[in-house]
Amino acid sequence: MYRIILTRLAQGLLTLLLASIIIFGATEILPGDVAEAILGQSRTEEALATLREEMGLNRPAIVRYFDWLGGMLQGDLGTSLATKRPVADMIESRMWNTLRLALLAAAISVPLSLALGLWSAIRAGGRVDKTLAMTTLALIAVPEFFIGLILMKVFAVELKWLSASANTRPYFDFWQNFRALALPVATLSFAVIAHMMRMTRSSVINIFTSPYLEMAALKGLPKRRLVVRHALPNALSPILTVIALNLSYMVSGVIIVETVFGVPGLTRLLVDGVTLRDIPLIQACAMIFGAVYILLNLLADVLSIMANPRLRYPK
Amino acid sequence: MSDATEIATPRASVFAGLRLTWTAVLAGSVLLFWLILALFGPWIAPHGEAEIISGTTFAPIGEGGLLGTDKLGRDVFSRLIYGVRTTLLLALITTVISFAFGVTLGFAAAILKGWFDIVVSRIVEAFMAFPSTLLALVVIGAFGTSITVLVLTVGLVLSTSVFRVSRALGYDIGVMDFVEAARARGEGTWWILTREILPNSMAPLIAEFGLRFTFSILFLSGLSFLGLGVQEPAADWGLMVQENVGGLFLGSSAALIPAACIASLTVSMNLLVDWFQQRQQGETVLEKIDQ
Amino acid sequence: MSDILTIKNLRVEGRPPGGAYVPIVKGVSLNVAKGEVLALIGESGSGKSTISLASMGFARPGCRIAGGEIWLNGRDIMKLSPQDRHALRGDEVSYVAQSAAASFNPALRIGKQVIEAPLWHGAGDAATLTATAVDLYRKLDLPNPDSVGEKFPHQVSGGQLQRLMAAMAMSCGPDLLILDEPTTALDVTTQIEVLKAFKDIIRDQGTAAIYVTHDLAVVAQVADRILVLKNGEMVEEGPTAQILHDPQHEYTRMLMDAVRPAPHLVDHVDASAAQAPVISARNITAGYGALTILSDVSVDVPAASVVGVIGESGCGKSTLARVVAGLTPLREGEIRLDGKVAAPSVKDRPRDSLKDCQIVFQMADTALNPRQRIGDILGRPLEFYQGLKGRARVEKVGDLLELVDLPRSFATRFPGELSGGQKQRINLARALAADPKVILCDEVTSALDTVVAAGVIELLKSLKDKLGVAYMFISHDLSTVASFADEVVVLYAGQVVEKGPSKVVFSPPFHPYTKLLLSSVPEMRQGWLEGVADTGEAKAASAGSVVIGAKGCPFANRCTHAIVGTCDVTPPPVRTLPGELEIACHLPIEEMP
Repeated sequence: MYRIILTRLAQGLLTLLLASIIIFGATEILPGDVAEAILGQSRTEEALATLREEMGLNRPAIVRYFDWLGGMLQGDLGTSLATKRPVADMIESRMWNTLRLALLAAAISVPLSLALGLWSAIRAGGRVDKTLAMTTLALIAVPEFFIGLILMKVFAVELKWLSASANTRPYFDFWQNFRALALPVATLSFAVIAHMMRMTRSSVINIFTSPYLEMAALKGLPKRRLVVRHALPNALSPILTVIALNLSYMVSGVIIVETVFGVPGLTRLLVDGVTLRDIPLIQACAMIFGAVYILLNLLADVLSIMANPRLRYPK
Repeated sequence: MSDATEIATPRASVFAGLRLTWTAVLAGSVLLFWLILALFGPWIAPHGEAEIISGTTFAPIGEGGLLGTDKLGRDVFSRLIYGVRTTLLLALITTVISFAFGVTLGFAAAILKGWFDIVVSRIVEAFMAFPSTLLALVVIGAFGTSITVLVLTVGLVLSTSVFRVSRALGYDIGVMDFVEAARARGEGTWWILTREILPNSMAPLIAEFGLRFTFSILFLSGLSFLGLGVQEPAADWGLMVQENVGGLFLGSSAALIPAACIASLTVSMNLLVDWFQQRQQGETVLEKIDQ
Repeated sequence: MSDILTIKNLRVEGRPPGGAYVPIVKGVSLNVAKGEVLALIGESGSGKSTISLASMGFARPGCRIAGGEIWLNGRDIMKLSPQDRHALRGDEVSYVAQSAAASFNPALRIGKQVIEAPLWHGAGDAATLTATAVDLYRKLDLPNPDSVGEKFPHQVSGGQLQRLMAAMAMSCGPDLLILDEPTTALDVTTQIEVLKAFKDIIRDQGTAAIYVTHDLAVVAQVADRILVLKNGEMVEEGPTAQILHDPQHEYTRMLMDAVRPAPHLVDHVDASAAQAPVISARNITAGYGALTILSDVSVDVPAASVVGVIGESGCGKSTLARVVAGLTPLREGEIRLDGKVAAPSVKDRPRDSLKDCQIVFQMADTALNPRQRIGDILGRPLEFYQGLKGRARVEKVGDLLELVDLPRSFATRFPGELSGGQKQRINLARALAADPKVILCDEVTSALDTVVAAGVIELLKSLKDKLGVAYMFISHDLSTVASFADEVVVLYAGQVVEKGPSKVVFSPPFHPYTKLLLSSVPEMRQGWLEGVADTGEAKAASAGSVVIGAKGCPFANRCTHAIVGTCDVTPPPVRTLPGELEIACHLPIEEMP
């Protein structure tokens, strides 16, 4: 089993390396180069040449890639083209906002969707199940900004219970924090809960087509026990994968939520970077999100390997 | 005694009726409605796509236009009608692109196997090791925003999922006995793909098309909402939301209406795909316990 | 009232997903007394399994109990609430399924699953129940009874799991035990010990039992009474001896005729030496990936003759067929088709070489493309090999259909509209469309009901006489091969252990494995089980399992005659015996069984 896990870890590392190549490649095969992007329309050949020399753009791409990768590994994320500030500083000041949103949403959505998914499975075919199925089916197809705007319209604009801006201040008390964060966290959770719940339910229900669940049912066990004790352990691997997938999906969701609620977070930084074509900033943000995504998937895989008795107890 | 006289099983369920549910009918009608509007929009819309009809910006519903005006005083109703074209067309093109890439490579990987499969699968895996939005953002950041970049990027991002589905289908069906029988007969790869594998992959591929189409609408409108998708003055639903978000605090619905329209489109599509897939499913042991 | 179970006028309906309900069981009544074993027999679709489940008040997904009374221990359980009815399962009545490997939850330890039902129903605490379970394991002759409960299902062999499932069913001390084809998935050599274990434990505990099977020989060993079913209706009921020896109903007689072992063995037809064999496989070694399935296998199929290949599951029979057809490329050796060397891969073989050798698969269902009409399925090889088009093609398709005793009108149908036997006939017709010299039949009758299978065998025989086609007939069913093949090859763990004319192979001297196979085939004689189960051969055979790639003789670990230090180290020599018989064994000819 440890060999499988080690192989999987090595694979994850390799994927991370591939990801860095894709990011670097995608941003460096521009028509033109960074120097042109900085100088914009007012460029002269001379100025371009000087800047290229200054930034080391005349060196081959491979050398620059390893330079960049080496810098990344040592925490040097480069200098922003737009603000001339170190990217690391810019990210540091924003990171906490994004992380807080994502962690809160994860803390709410994972247990909630697991519970709802199992409940729905226990009541398979019943009214609870059907209602949940319809609601979630609709929810996963609704764009996040629509959910965000509706929530904002109702709770912030009309009812004025909660704040439309997710900006928090260090001196905020619990309720002020709650008022600021409730809507973005709810928006972020909605789509993810719907998706995770559906997948939890269907992973569990899938197991119910196997003979060993018919066998267990014919022992006269109640449905609760069938779902939780017999189906769930066998559905762990797909469920873990789905959780990892959805947590990493939050990366995308967060982008929209930060825009809707004006959160000064990491993804806003990325979107601004994209708008301004601030290459070092894009590269750094993309690497961070990519790494999180890959690590989450890796974690899910390692956990499902460890949960599999066939691998834990070989013949 | 010959078994030729045995009673044959009733016709396969493929031929059974459509078994429409009310949700399927409703979803179908909504989609049809938008499709008709997309086709005949310019003849129905009272005003031009970017025509400013009123000095009042963010006029409420009923004033200025049927659904009010937007941040520049344009008719929301007309822009909505023009917008459905952009939204549907872009989604369709990206989905078709993703299928062209995904299905071709997926089936090729499943049939050719060997190094081709390994190389393509690895590349796709590397692409899937990213959140799709992130990938699109990086590419758009590098190449700038234009319709071509947008469509190609989103098409490429979606094709990874199509590739996975097609490859799995190709592998699953490719090992079935009737394909083996064709192989043993000496049939070529092309014949096996078009006559044996494809006809048996249609149902899952149709469902996948519906799902990718929904996802494409969500994805594109998300990018437009971030200001990185379709650019003004074209009318696109995602873009309309982005333009008019500011009006939300002034009591305007100019941002909510297009957002709701997107939702109606995607939810309907999802319901339809769900109906399509549910038709092939039955009960489970769980439901039998209470009977 | 001594009846544990009484079913009156039971009706069960079923429906395909989304379709309408159609009757499956049409008013069946039965009763089972304490300590009695009632066998339900019938072919697929007879409703036997459905009835057995209905005696627990349970219907499979897609089915429902539409009417009738089910009296268990003196009360009609259909009148109980669903909760109360569900509470009886795993308490008063328990169930043994067809495949233990699929019926044990792979994520839970065996012991936990065995005592789960009584523990839940409050029959005792975990420690007491585990102690009882260990006693049961011991009674069932399971190795390591004290620790087997700690294992996960994948750590235990198939035959042992099947016995553990019996323990699981008995652990709650049920009044009624339902056994639903409990040995069908096992090989004949493993079946004996399991069957014996079931029989002993039922007798020991005095439980009433319903035993569902399609195998009359198995029924003869375990049942007190037999109920014959057809299409959801009762055909005949009576004591085992009477049904076996004096069946009243015509359908029962037909069933009996279909399973009676062949009265005579086929005489060896001498192939004219001048003619090259249609298939000549020399020293074949093949496998998948790192796994070697076949090692050094040589088989000849003379023109217009039948060569049977027998062996248990996993011995490489199907791989042999695939290698000959070129679907699985061989690693070493050579294949000649009609005297000419054939390329290892189907891709490199010319069309006329492909035409000569056709293959028919085991699963009739999956071998036909569900999206093509029969006319196209049969028309394609006609076009492909013979260039037939248009009217000529249509005509020939009709001729082919008639050749396999099907109406010409079937050309417009889809495979889904045909029954299992009809589909297998279409598969055969597709092979015949190529006008081949030899057809590889890979377990073509194994998935079919006995009566239908007998029909297909008859057809194969008549086609051979009519068209002069040869067969390589692969089967695990010894009696079918014995009645049909001119020559027989016995495979074990990917090696040929014995081959020769069938008459010679099936008479002494035997290879020990051939002997075991022969003695393991259940006979319709009551009491056969007791006779065979106690032999040293059966005991030794059930102790080990098939090992692929063994150093010495692959059968050494299950052989009573094994010579320690020789058989398990040195590969056996091939001995040539009179009558063109070859046996790969270390034993001197005089000591062979």
